[in-house]
Amino acid sequence: MSDVTVQGGQEVVGVSRIEGPIMVVEGGTNVSYDEVVEIKDGRGNLRRGRVLEVGEGFAVVQVFAGSTGLSIDGTSVRFLGTTLHIPVAEEMLGRIFDGLGTPIDGGPEPLTDRYADVNGQPINPTARIYPRDYIQTGISTIDGVNTLLRGQKLPLFSGAGMPHDQLAAQIVRQATLGKEAGAPQTEGEEFAIVFAAMGVKNDVADYFRRSFTESGALTRVAMFLNLADDPPVERVVTPRAALTLAEYLAYERDMHVLVVLTDMTNYGEALRQISNVRGEVPSRKGYPGYLYSDLASLYERTGRIRTSKGSITQIPILTMPNDDITHPMPDLTGYITEGQIVLGRELNFAGVYPPVAVLPSLSRLMKDGIGKGRTRDDHPRWGAQLYAGYAKTQDVRALASVIGEEELSEVDQKYLKFGRAFEREFVNQSFTENRTIERTLEIGWKLLSMLPKSELTRVNLDEIEKYYKGDDATN
Amino acid sequence: MSDEVGKITWISGPVVRARGSRKVGMLELVEVGTERLVGEVIGLKGDQMTVQVYEETAGMQTGAPIYGTGLPLSVELGPGLIQSIYDGVQRPLPLIEEAMGSFINRGARFDSISREKKWKYTPQVKVGDEVKGGAILGVAMETDTFEHRVMLNPDDSGTITWVAPAGEYTVTEPIAKLKMGKEEKTLTMLQRWPVRRARPFVNRRGANIPLITGQRILDTFFPVAKGGAAGIPGPFGSGKTVTQHSIAKWADAEVIVYIGCGERGNEMTEVLQEFPHLIDPRSGRPLMERTVLIANTSNMPVAAREASIYTGITIAEYYRDMGYHVALMADSTSRWAEALREVSGRLEEMPAEEGYPAYLAGRLAEFYERAGYVNNLNGSQGSVSIVGAVSPPGGDFSEPVTQHTKRFIRCFWALDKSLASARHFPAINWLDSYSEYLEDVASWWREKTGKDWLGMRNRAMELLSEESRLSQIVKLVGPDALPFTERMVLETTRLIREGILQQNATEAVDAYSSIEKQIRMLELVLYFHDRGMAIVKRGAPISLIHDLPVVDRIIRAKSTVTNEELHKFEEIQKEIDEQMGQLDAEYRS
Ligand SMILES: Nc1ncnc2c1ncn2[C@@H]1O[C@H](COP(=O)(O)OP(=O)(O)O)[C@@H](O)[C@H]1O
Ligand SMILES: [Mg+2]
Repeated sequence: MSDVTVQGGQEVVGVSRIEGPIMVVEGGTNVSYDEVVEIKDGRGNLRRGRVLEVGEGFAVVQVFAGSTGLSIDGTSVRFLGTTLHIPVAEEMLGRIFDGLGTPIDGGPEPLTDRYADVNGQPINPTARIYPRDYIQTGISTIDGVNTLLRGQKLPLFSGAGMPHDQLAAQIVRQATLGKEAGAPQTEGEEFAIVFAAMGVKNDVADYFRRSFTESGALTRVAMFLNLADDPPVERVVTPRAALTLAEYLAYERDMHVLVVLTDMTNYGEALRQISNVRGEVPSRKGYPGYLYSDLASLYERTGRIRTSKGSITQIPILTMPNDDITHPMPDLTGYITEGQIVLGRELNFAGVYPPVAVLPSLSRLMKDGIGKGRTRDDHPRWGAQLYAGYAKTQDVRALASVIGEEELSEVDQKYLKFGRAFEREFVNQSFTENRTIERTLEIGWKLLSMLPKSELTRVNLDEIEKYYKGDDATN
Repeated sequence: MSDEVGKITWISGPVVRARGSRKVGMLELVEVGTERLVGEVIGLKGDQMTVQVYEETAGMQTGAPIYGTGLPLSVELGPGLIQSIYDGVQRPLPLIEEAMGSFINRGARFDSISREKKWKYTPQVKVGDEVKGGAILGVAMETDTFEHRVMLNPDDSGTITWVAPAGEYTVTEPIAKLKMGKEEKTLTMLQRWPVRRARPFVNRRGANIPLITGQRILDTFFPVAKGGAAGIPGPFGSGKTVTQHSIAKWADAEVIVYIGCGERGNEMTEVLQEFPHLIDPRSGRPLMERTVLIANTSNMPVAAREASIYTGITIAEYYRDMGYHVALMADSTSRWAEALREVSGRLEEMPAEEGYPAYLAGRLAEFYERAGYVNNLNGSQGSVSIVGAVSPPGGDFSEPVTQHTKRFIRCFWALDKSLASARHFPAINWLDSYSEYLEDVASWWREKTGKDWLGMRNRAMELLSEESRLSQIVKLVGPDALPFTERMVLETTRLIREGILQQNATEAVDAYSSIEKQIRMLELVLYFHDRGMAIVKRGAPISLIHDLPVVDRIIRAKSTVTNEELHKFEEIQKEIDEQMGQLDAEYRS
């Protein structure tokens, strides 16, 4: 991050074309790629934009607030000679900003001379610390089988009408309240929450605000809000502004920062819109070919570095259009993030909360944060066994639907019972229930004990000896 | 040495246009703008040039100068490559960190190979020797045990007129002098090679030695030969990276080149932090001492991502030329293809399928063509094996990168989402995968193990495909409808799947299986099958076989029997004999 003070630059009158949020400005000299512009409309009102392309004597400018009300004649443009920067300061915690980082809570501009480029810079892989500390969220489907680590990026893949906001709020509340739940990792360390809303309704933002207030965390939260009725193009900047503050807090102020980004699908929509207006060659479903790189430039702004004690953990939320996990937004997100927590429609209908579809969910970093000396020795194999058992349950259910439950073998009937209990007792928990990891492991063993020992080939024999409670007589 | 050759007229992301000299060459390395960012000329038209820039262009202005270098994009080759970690255009990441801190800033200029470090060098030529391109001039110790064979540039040849005595030298100090025609040239340990040009060799040899990876589903079922090419496609989370890491750890190659191409930063950090502490079972040295890392992660500039593949393969060829077996991992080639697409899109080229440029297939072919087991110019033999990960959008293998890749590889390891979600790892689908090297490497297996590996492997595959047919029936009518002989097949294939195919990369004993262990496991399972089948045919109910205690023993053998205690397989076999012998006796009447 570098310090830059924004100063006035050249002013140009000469807009030659306006199309959607894109405007072509003629007559500027020495315009630089990606620089910020200030646009004055006929009535003297200001809005901001950014240079997307420069050629000889022209520049293509993206107007954050959209072009409504701009005219070819009455508009002038000032090139500010710098890329987009926002102020960063600790005192921004407890405050609310718009999608470009301007305060909207009636308070003053943050008092600081630290400005940072919203684009950030890539972390050098040699400077990273590989994440190994687990965060206890108190949620069995996460702690038990998809463990979240400090410095991980783990999105929630959801769909319209599912309780992803509640789940995110519960994660944030219980993870930051770790002390009470007995999780050792938050003691004596400062945490912060950076929340960015892209194109969500006001009640979503409100819901999170209330949730932060109730848990007493509000003074540790900075909110960047670009709501459904705010200009869509601004959405492209919102997560960048949020992450810029997060990086400052984590890497310069040594805080553990939890970043919640919602809804990434709306972000992608904005990107697609800009790309289409510019007539770029699309790849899948009209999204630009650089969608992967663009998303990576957000999600990779996560992790730990050797020069700081802080960390950034990201929980992006995205609603999958038509619940389709192969849609480019969830697909490319899953290719970049370190796993995904997928919410399932059927579980949700069945009244299971949180409706985490365990099988497609994954935490890639889990293996490095659990087991002996971290959670418990049997944890990795116990997790694999639960997965294997629950996967088998799906096959058995399919078979039962064809031949009928009565026709199933004895073992398969046990799987059916196991599967139902798994969903009701392991997956299902209340919004306020904060389970310790020991409790989660205990529930898991209770469920595994419903299966014959001979089915439990993922855990080792000593573990069966120690934790298996079934009345299975075979072997 | 670099003159201004033009002025920038247009900028869009990593692509810049300029007008100026007509002398600039295609693929010439240029320096762009006042900050002199590294770029490469990718298009010429009259006095217009198009340049892809390997660094972030934000803040760059039109009218700014472009400087020519007269050279193509090249890598530096010499001792010091091993244990290095570079970005896509061979900038050393540790030095960037030292100079700029935790974040990569642009404009960094560092030598790829240290000019200060001294290497213990022993000459192997003498004055008067006639030497040709590729000739080994001497040996530098690159680690305590790794011999770096210093070679004459493939384009040079002549008579040695002076040789430095054995001693310690930096890569720029003279080690010999060469008379080429009238000219005398001073030779050092350092050379440059243009990355887009394959290094020459005499000819290809047959690829008939397997690259042993210690991964059972690969070595036993779908082997790749040394000098061969394999593709590993799969949706996100199916195991591309873990498999590539496993190969990088355990493959019996002398040098590993690992390219993190447009993937996660943490995955490179993981390798960096883990490899120095893992011991290579063959050399007894830390794995890092045979590894070169190229890290151009997803958030690093996209044009350098495109270059990273070439940087890696050129380094791999260089070690091959010394007579080594090199294995190269590229994770992921799809991100590289996307980099091509991104640059092509900015150039407004006519797209072919899914926005990819029409030359995608050609580029993939060129890359995989650089794999091979060859006779080198200096008479030695070496190989480059390529394992390329493919990341198909939505996991759909019909997309262009997967489809084109299939044309240029002979080994296809198809990852399967449903196996991964059941935590069956490696989630390589045994029915969709194939290897065209089976016959080629069969005699190697016979020599090494004295056993009919191919015969056993094919029997196991037949059982697995029989299982797939039977499962279709089971899905409709349940398992009880099957005769016991067919259910015996299902008992055995469960042992194959859970006992052999499943392999946990994170568990110490299971992570690496020697070929002896692999063949013993296969033999044991087939033995179990034959004995079981005989009993079942005599009318014994399948449940008796299913409930035998030895079944659990066999499934657990992968993680309970280490590579050093293979005699335990004799014990297991004895248990089979005892337990089945009893049944056999009961039903013999
Ligand atoms: N052989 C294996 N053993 C154990 N776990 C594995 C194995 N292969 C994959 N996994 C699990 O699957 C996850 C995803 O694998 P990864 O290689 O990162 O997928 P991809 O690169 O295809 O997205 C890993 O984090 C790990 O938990
Ligand atoms: Mg991967």
